[in-house]
Amino acid sequence: MTATAVRVDTAPAAQVRRRRRSLGWVAVVPLLAFVAVAFGLPALAMLDGAFTAKDPATGATSYTLGNLTTSLKGAYLTALLGSVKLSAVSAALGTLVGLPLAQAVVSSRFRALREAVLTASGVLANFGGVPLAFAFVATLGNAGVLTRHLGLTDQGWDLYSFWGLVIVYLYFLIPLMVLTVTPALDGLRVQWREAAQNNGATTVQYWRFVALPVLLPTLLGGFVLLFGSAFAAYATAAAMVGSSIPLVTLQIADAISGNVLVGQENVALALSLDMVLVAGLVMAVYLPLQRRSARWLA
Amino acid sequence: MARLNLWRWGVLGLAGLYFLVPLAASVVFTVDVPGQGITFDAYTRIFATDGFVSSLLLSLELALATIAVVLLLMVPAMVALRLGAPRLRPVVEVVCSLPLVVPPIAFVAGIGTVLKWGPDHLSRTPLFETFVAIQNPDFPFVLVLAYVVMALPFVYRALDAGLRAVDVRTLVEAARSCGAGWPQALMQAVLPNLRGALLNASFLTLALVLGEFTVAQLLGFRPFAVWIVNVSGSQAQLSVAVSVLSLLVTWVLLLVLAGFGGRTRPTSRG
Repeated sequence: MTATAVRVDTAPAAQVRRRRRSLGWVAVVPLLAFVAVAFGLPALAMLDGAFTAKDPATGATSYTLGNLTTSLKGAYLTALLGSVKLSAVSAALGTLVGLPLAQAVVSSRFRALREAVLTASGVLANFGGVPLAFAFVATLGNAGVLTRHLGLTDQGWDLYSFWGLVIVYLYFLIPLMVLTVTPALDGLRVQWREAAQNNGATTVQYWRFVALPVLLPTLLGGFVLLFGSAFAAYATAAAMVGSSIPLVTLQIADAISGNVLVGQENVALALSLDMVLVAGLVMAVYLPLQRRSARWLA
Repeated sequence: MARLNLWRWGVLGLAGLYFLVPLAASVVFTVDVPGQGITFDAYTRIFATDGFVSSLLLSLELALATIAVVLLLMVPAMVALRLGAPRLRPVVEVVCSLPLVVPPIAFVAGIGTVLKWGPDHLSRTPLFETFVAIQNPDFPFVLVLAYVVMALPFVYRALDAGLRAVDVRTLVEAARSCGAGWPQALMQAVLPNLRGALLNASFLTLALVLGEFTVAQLLGFRPFAVWIVNVSGSQAQLSVAVSVLSLLVTWVLLLVLAGFGGRTRPTSRG
């Protein structure tokens, strides 16, 4: 009697659970299949192409490391290093400027200011690309409004240079940093500051020994995120400087479209692989840091 | 305290200057043309310029298709992960984060290689027709495929945040015990509670597609962002004017979204 009762009780539950599980699969499989085709195929093609060489005479293909070594030599290496340098400098500046800005917003008593800055950061962080390039060309380009009215060209100003690009990149990197660091600043407890003050700490000491160590994982994570964002940026640079500054994204674009040399497609794929490795490294650093900062600020 | 306030307003003032001057200067640039004085010519010419309407329409169509596909793929999957199959959750999370590791320029290099397989290897198979069809310049579906992949990380985060604020399991069970079928429970109980998250995901996707340049340009299509760059060579004022307008449109859309989101915020904070 009890045995049947138990069976009657558990059987539907198990059935429901099983149905739920199969439901989960049915709903997730289309997504996985889509990603496998739309993302997996190009990724595999890139991997395959990066290691393939095609003999122009016979048309025969063979596997080789030649593309990768080419992509780490000469103009390609210069471009790769140029991208790393540009991304590192602009990410560092973005972090240094973003933190005080976020602190100024967080510590403000005006809620409206806070909401406005955060909303604006959301827009500006996504305001990369073509419109950003043109806004700066109109402002600081050779015929730009500020350039003309302040006579900046005579003082050696050139937007289409390394520092010009840094200034443009900061326009979307600083908001990104503000968005990243604001939750962490919100998580700094008032009690910590009070405890430090009761123990006789100055503001500088509080920041040096309490706040910054807690914020450090977030700041590092933010820096890495900014680096990755600047590293992957193409549209802004392409619309602004053409190819006058060596950047790996511009090199890939030139190689794909055969602008400079014909038959460089496989080198473009090898360069893409280099970029993926750097971006993967960025993620590998960012994710643990993010988890670590989440632990303190939970 | 006064010193602190001075410091804060200094920082905010400098930041405001840096972020507002390029926008203001862009407007001045389009209106104050050297040698012509003040003119609104750049704005009145926009609609008459060849390619504006068609490229903008193409971008909007691509955006709508991308939003539809990405939501159809992601919403059922994300809801199902909450209901059962928790073991699939890390899998989906990793899959949706993968596009972050592949920059758009590297992604398009891969897509270009795959598309070249069409003429090279598949010309005698029925797949070839598919390859030609998805590259139709009137509506390049291959761009939708690429944009869906690029939107996955944003959509995942938006939906995940939305689902976190809702007890999906209880909602569905309540709906089911009131006699609703599965589709009804999803459409009438779960989705209305995700309104903010769905809008958020749609907006981010829309912004991504409207501003996307890399993939479209390198695959040789001509949606809005590519058109702006093409037209900038001959008509600098016009391209800046369009850029300013596109930022304003994005801004308005975001404010509308913030208005919608504001109503649901108290629950998501809790």
